[in-house]
Amino acid sequence: MKRRNILTTLMLALVLSVVLAGCSDSDSGNSSSDKEVKFMHLWPEGSSKQHHEIVTEIIADFEKENEGVKIDVEVLSNEQYKDKIKVLSTSKELPDVGMTWAAGYLEPYVGGNMFAPLDDLIEKELSDTFIPGTAEAYALDGVTYGLPLELNIATIYYNKAMFEERNLEAPKTYEELENVIKVFNEDGIQPIALGNKDAWTGSLWYMYLADRIGGANVLNAAIDRSGTFEDPALIEAAEKVQNLVNENGFIKGFNGLTNDEAKGMFMNEQAAMYLMGTWELPNFTTNEDVPQEFKDSIGYLNFPTVDGKGDMDSFVGGTGVGLFVAEDSDVKEEAKKFAAFFVKEWGEKSVTDAGVISASKMDISSLDLPEMYIDIFEELNSASNITLFADVQMSPGVAQTHLDAIQALFGNSITPEEFAKLHEDALSK
Amino acid sequence: MNKVMSNKLHIALYTLPAFLLITVLIFIPLVLTGYYGLMDWDGIGAMKFIGLENYINGIKDLKFWSSAYHSFLLAIFSTLSLALYLLVSLILASKIKGSDLLRKIYLIPMLLSSVAIAQLWIKVYNPSNGMLNEILVKIGIANPPAWLAEPSIVLFAIFIPILWQYAGFYILIYYAALKNIPESMIEAAKIDGASAFQIALKIKLPLIKEVVSVTVILAIVGSLKYFDLIYVMTGGGPNGASEVMASYMYKLAFASYDFGYGSAIGFLLLIITIIVTVIVRKLSTSKDPIEY
Repeated sequence: MKRRNILTTLMLALVLSVVLAGCSDSDSGNSSSDKEVKFMHLWPEGSSKQHHEIVTEIIADFEKENEGVKIDVEVLSNEQYKDKIKVLSTSKELPDVGMTWAAGYLEPYVGGNMFAPLDDLIEKELSDTFIPGTAEAYALDGVTYGLPLELNIATIYYNKAMFEERNLEAPKTYEELENVIKVFNEDGIQPIALGNKDAWTGSLWYMYLADRIGGANVLNAAIDRSGTFEDPALIEAAEKVQNLVNENGFIKGFNGLTNDEAKGMFMNEQAAMYLMGTWELPNFTTNEDVPQEFKDSIGYLNFPTVDGKGDMDSFVGGTGVGLFVAEDSDVKEEAKKFAAFFVKEWGEKSVTDAGVISASKMDISSLDLPEMYIDIFEELNSASNITLFADVQMSPGVAQTHLDAIQALFGNSITPEEFAKLHEDALSK
Repeated sequence: MNKVMSNKLHIALYTLPAFLLITVLIFIPLVLTGYYGLMDWDGIGAMKFIGLENYINGIKDLKFWSSAYHSFLLAIFSTLSLALYLLVSLILASKIKGSDLLRKIYLIPMLLSSVAIAQLWIKVYNPSNGMLNEILVKIGIANPPAWLAEPSIVLFAIFIPILWQYAGFYILIYYAALKNIPESMIEAAKIDGASAFQIALKIKLPLIKEVVSVTVILAIVGSLKYFDLIYVMTGGGPNGASEVMASYMYKLAFASYDFGYGSAIGFLLLIITIIVTVIVRKLSTSKDPIEY
């Protein structure tokens, strides 16, 4: 009888300990006066070396200036970052400061009260900091929820050395582009690096063709519903995309390759052209890990016209990532302070150290910068139009439809008309 | 000790921890998923009750059924490949030279994480400088396909690493089962003049029937909820050609921000898996258990 009691008591203790372990709160380390600001960014040391170094520097400076505040950093690569931030927001555990994209991407987060309004920061501490239009891209209903870090446009980077070897000129029209493609193909060289597994890369090509054929506003109008995706210009753009595919313009198997893999082929001189945002500029200018000889051989060209029509000063681009502050952060004051500090420091450091085009106003004439950087910067200043990336403009659900449709279009598994219809259906929901 | 075990209070106490864990970790999330499926919810903002709309949409959703079809193909493929694993185990268990080493080699893929395997095979399949296409070009096939980019091929290109990944696991199970067969039965058959083939077919296989039926269920259920390797290798693409039920659910909930609909699809996936499992159990359970 006695033994039974002991056993019962032991079992009870075991059960209780299991139950209690499940209930115990892990948040017990908050007794010290140190405040911890959780910060998540998407520039891993491996693939974005300069960015990573600047962030590390800024954090060290901030911690030095603000005793008692510690920044707890987590770094993920782009696609993983997007996944994780979504999971964290579902469980209401967003980092205090993190990165977001503009426009449509923001909608669910703002709708769910996840991001803190930052108008007070922009009006006071950061007044006159940003290039006009950049902070506005993070506003919904007149309230701003993000601090822009980058301003990007997409251009075609091309390997000048490979072009010169074949007596080719940088193409200015779609026909010239087709000709370049033909020559490279005949030579057994893959013309255009494209990693369309991520689909937004293919979207850049489609957007540019739409812009050149239908003008700066046709795509925007289709998205904001003042126009339609069944516009002849948008259908023709889809046809032109399939033309390029059928003429073997893009590297083999592009629909199964990631953007990083495609970039690798361009950097290894296995492909001659690469349409990408200016966030890649450091790899072609300042990155010490890239051989100087390669960097010297890279130039850029504005997207060609189609039938000689279209404005070559019109760009696809817009603000890239920006910072958000979590609405239910326990250390909101410190988080805002850090975000503002980050933006101020980021402005000049990102330009001088990384060769990134910052969303902050900048006088670059006094800085010692690579020539391609200055050229593109001027391009940006004289741009007649910048159309924001389609998948950022659209709300997440529609953006997913767009990306799937882009992949199908490039894979020749739908017609341009079906492509338009998919968008119409998704947008009219 | 028997006294302890016959006390109802003790039985309850012993099973309580497991029961609590299963409730908290499995049953509650299951019920919640079903519940979220009734909502119009982006996963972040406020929920709106819409009844069975998500479930009805799911049943009418062609993309869901095409991903279900891919999942079923994977299940069939995995089940068929069990025969291959069984054959390998039979050979290994018949004490061939070096079988010990081979067993260990077969087990290696199981020790790697799916993400590592996916990265490895992405490199193998690379259309321009991957190992596979380089070999094909060397042996004279001028224009080998881009394995992960062709909608008609991609599914089978992904099945190969999955087959490779789980080979060790099933071979290990079969091997252990075969080793459990008493040596005396085999000896007796040999004395009666049975060939190795006859022994395998008439003695060994019937004796491990139960194990085989368990592995069939494992393979089918595992295939229906398969996710990780496909997600890393193709993300369900190109254009949904390698989408399976679990990756479609993930895409809806986490890329399209349609958490309600994603939950409904998840719940449908659960129902389908349960139905298939029950059917397979019914078909494969033998009425008279084997005793050595």
